[in-house]
Amino acid sequence: MSDLVPGAVRVDRYRRRMIITQVVGAAVIVLLAFAPYVFVPAVTSAWIKLFYLITLATVWNLLAGYAGMVSVGQQAYIGLGAYGLFVFNDLGVNPYASALIASVAIGVIAFALSFVAFRLRGGYFAIGTWVIAEAVRQIVIRFDSLGAGRGRGISDYTADPVLRNLFTYWLALGILAGTLIVTLFLLRSRMGIALQSIRDNEVAARALGIDVGRTKRIVFVLAGIGAGLAGSVICLQAIGVASPSQIFSVSYSAFMIFMVLIGGIGTIEGPIIGAIIYYVMDLYFSQMGLWYLAVLGVLAILATLFLPRGIWGALTSRFNISVFPIGHRVVAVPGAGEGRAARRAAQSSMATAE
Amino acid sequence: MANALVQGILLGGVFAMAALGLSIAFGVLRVVNLAHGEIMTVGAYLAALSLAQFGVNVWVSLVLVVPALGFVGYWVQRTMLQRALRISELAPLLVTFGIAIIIPNVLIELFTTNKKAIPTGDLAVRSITVVEGVSIGVLPLLTMVVAVLLIAATQLYLARTRTGRYMRAAADDSETLRLMGVDHRRVYALAMGIAFGIAALAGVFFGMRQGGVTPFDGQLAVLFAFEAVIIGGLGSLWGTLAGGVVLGVAQTLAGVVSPELPLLVGNLVFLAVLMFRPTGIVRSKVAV
Repeated sequence: MSDLVPGAVRVDRYRRRMIITQVVGAAVIVLLAFAPYVFVPAVTSAWIKLFYLITLATVWNLLAGYAGMVSVGQQAYIGLGAYGLFVFNDLGVNPYASALIASVAIGVIAFALSFVAFRLRGGYFAIGTWVIAEAVRQIVIRFDSLGAGRGRGISDYTADPVLRNLFTYWLALGILAGTLIVTLFLLRSRMGIALQSIRDNEVAARALGIDVGRTKRIVFVLAGIGAGLAGSVICLQAIGVASPSQIFSVSYSAFMIFMVLIGGIGTIEGPIIGAIIYYVMDLYFSQMGLWYLAVLGVLAILATLFLPRGIWGALTSRFNISVFPIGHRVVAVPGAGEGRAARRAAQSSMATAE
Repeated sequence: MANALVQGILLGGVFAMAALGLSIAFGVLRVVNLAHGEIMTVGAYLAALSLAQFGVNVWVSLVLVVPALGFVGYWVQRTMLQRALRISELAPLLVTFGIAIIIPNVLIELFTTNKKAIPTGDLAVRSITVVEGVSIGVLPLLTMVVAVLLIAATQLYLARTRTGRYMRAAADDSETLRLMGVDHRRVYALAMGIAFGIAALAGVFFGMRQGGVTPFDGQLAVLFAFEAVIIGGLGSLWGTLAGGVVLGVAQTLAGVVSPELPLLVGNLVFLAVLMFRPTGIVRSKVAV
């Protein structure tokens, strides 16, 4: 890098990498969309689980990794996603559309609940969200039409199991793709810069004029919607809810935290890696019963203490890699003449303002 | 109705006791111990085990269980949380949540989900009739008395003793405390030890009240303790007692209406206090 005089440098948003990411990402999504024509339903059915796990990990990371809100109550929205599906399905909407409509309703609910939850901070925020999740479960099971405390099935569902699996697969893939795309563009946007500064130092972010409360609220709502959509997929795949205490279980928060911590908190790639690791572990070790959950807890603690940036964080500190470019860097403009430099400077200042 | 009110107030005793440990840990270390309820459960299990294995009286077992968990708390702080505190604000929270996930699952694998009895002789059934229709159980009364004594003792300890003053100093500014030549890590660990010990005691009382303990009790208990802390007002030890009583009364009165309602109404009262009176019902004077 040559001398850093104004005009001879510009701010680079990794535009080239971003284009590659978009092209490759689109290709991967299209390929995955055609997977049901290649693989048997048992395979794609297993992938549905992976898709909703990545979705859950990504939105939890958005909450905790970027906005600094550790929530152990996201199961509230998972449960609402499942039960919201029943509500709109009973009104005559097909179950897949119900999932999407329910997610809008969940966004509204999350917005309302944010006013209660945001009274608390840090650790008490975490446990407060847990209480809210419990209260939501206790309210949901008061409704007899929703199966009360017993759980229920989806009444109006696609009869053919192959088609059912196909539609659920596409929905899960669409939700995953949507979540990742929204996350990527959100973090590249002006608000993303605000979020990253909140993550690094909330007080300093506030001093720079960032509306921390508003930014956090938007993330809280988005995380609620994401968890709700994942909950709908869980419900679709299981053809209903076995019991409310299962879909509203705090274990979901444990899984989310495990995935994000192992993969790397505060990165987009980390939760994806964490979700894949969790998925593989679940495949092989879930017959260990509850010892397995205890092991997850131990690993989460070890990751927090000894690998605080997770697997992806450890990788990026060694190699300069990123699959989802969200950062900024200052690069020298080689051989910048007077006129070109001024043009570049104007361009780069526009790019930062965007 | 009057009976329910009295029972509710007494129920508040066990909530307050549970809340006290949480309050100390947060007050001194700014760490919210999400595993607080699980520590209570472990305390109750240890009491039940020492009863079943060695046939010791539950009161005798307390002499063992409380210091044992206090010791565990001291070393959990020294080995894990102290390290986490240096990493980030969120790290200690995640560590305690990890512990909260480990304990119930291990307990289920070791002792199944069945209730483990904590026999108390006839203590649980004995009661004193105050007036017609209002009778006070001996055990709830005893719990309340212990809770009040414990809060008073903690208050005195923090206000009057040297280590108590260190703890308040560590809560305010651990850097300056270090400059005064006090190892803040030991002070923190001691506070966590006390918090764990009180949690164990509260867990045994909670278990005695319920006639036994299951691996799932910790989840309920941590939420009750937390609700009592917030309803009472952060930073006030007597507030936790008031918060516990409010929660106890709300749950008991709701239980009169329908046996399915206590938990929901308790949670709603908590959310209402949070919404409309976020500083809690008791103004804190002494910052812990």
